[in-house]
Amino acid sequence: MKRSLLISNIIIILFLNSSINFAQINIPILKNYANDFTNTLNSSELFTLENKLKSFDDSTSNQVLFLMISTLDGYSLESYTFETATKNKIGSKKNNNGVLFFVAKEDRKMRIEVGYGLEGALPDALASSILRNEVRPYFKAGDYYGGITAGIDAIISATKGEYKAEKKSEKTKGISFFFLIILFIIISLISRRGGRGGGGGSGILPWLILSSMSSGRSSWGSSGGFGGFSGGGFSGGGGSFGGGGASGSW
Amino acid sequence: MKKGWIIALGVVGVIIFFAIIIISWAIGKYNSFVSLNEGVKSSWSQVENVYQRRADLIPNLVATVKGVANFEKETYTAVTEARAKVGQVKITAEQLDDPEAFARFQRAQDGLSGALQRLMVVAENYPQLKANENFLQLQAQLEGTENRITVERQKFNQVVQEYNTAIKRFPGMLIANFGGFREKQYFKAAEGADQVPKVQF
Repeated sequence: MKRSLLISNIIIILFLNSSINFAQINIPILKNYANDFTNTLNSSELFTLENKLKSFDDSTSNQVLFLMISTLDGYSLESYTFETATKNKIGSKKNNNGVLFFVAKEDRKMRIEVGYGLEGALPDALASSILRNEVRPYFKAGDYYGGITAGIDAIISATKGEYKAEKKSEKTKGISFFFLIILFIIISLISRRGGRGGGGGSGILPWLILSSMSSGRSSWGSSGGFGGFSGGGFSGGGGSFGGGGASGSW
Repeated sequence: MKKGWIIALGVVGVIIFFAIIIISWAIGKYNSFVSLNEGVKSSWSQVENVYQRRADLIPNLVATVKGVANFEKETYTAVTEARAKVGQVKITAEQLDDPEAFARFQRAQDGLSGALQRLMVVAENYPQLKANENFLQLQAQLEGTENRITVERQKFNQVVQEYNTAIKRFPGMLIANFGGFREKQYFKAAEGADQVPKVQF
């Protein structure tokens, strides 16, 4: 076991191809902000965490992800979190502002993996202190949800001042909506003029065009905020990681 | 006579045509090697950064363990000496194709890793250190830095691999030889205990 790990380490370091699948463990693709593969948290707890992390992303563009698995099967904790964070491209490409809070329940190991852009706001010493002083007391008492919430709250309060969400997308949404209204007016004017002989059918034409356009843009409905939970899965922004963060156990 | 001229012109034209194709291909190759080389350099500067970060941590760490009553002197003097050695063995990005210089650099850094590891193992025997928040934070920073070193070394090896593959492939190697692009060194893993990605406690 140890020997095979050693060999795989050498392979990584010599060839370093992240696409090589050298170990028995898979690096998951995360679809949500809060991921629990152990069924420890109930759905309302997960829902609360998910909403908290999603709204944090919406307001600051910092992507904080939570992942709990049962065991690493002897795989290196640091490699696992680094690979998971890198594969899921947590954080934006511009700011590299991603954080992965990881718990391996059966191994009693945890780690906060910090992206390049948040190493200043969440240095290793602070990450370690969060794990030791905020999370561990709850985990020791068997209160996973309490520990996870305390950890996430501490990560959020450490990183919230660092970046601001870009308002750009909101603006283009506003413009496109404005544009649609103008387009509607123009179309209706033209069709009224051109379709004088056409009868009642011409009045429907702009509506048809408009509805086909807006159905093609259905994604902006959910990202605009009224889509609720179903609309808000996680998708990585292209952030990269440099091995920052801290590990802990309980 | 006239016919001969036409043939000669045609041949010259074809030669020029192919020459242009070959030259533009060569320029493209050359430029791609330049970009790959720059990638290696920037990755190297990241490696240097993380090593520097570790070297900067050491005075604080040594001061903290020194403060503890009768802490084994040899352990922290070994760390201080290894750090001084690391300071002497600096290599520039231009020396990355020099196997000896690179091996010397890696030996010095790995020596420091080993000394630090021993220091942390010894520190484990001192309960007053394990209760000291300052020490715990330094320990976390050291672990984080060691982990960063692993990551940046991996990233460095990755870009070096891309670069080396590109310059060694035929026919690009002809351009690489002409342009003076030489094979660069990798960080090697297998040297005793030095490959441990984090300090064990």
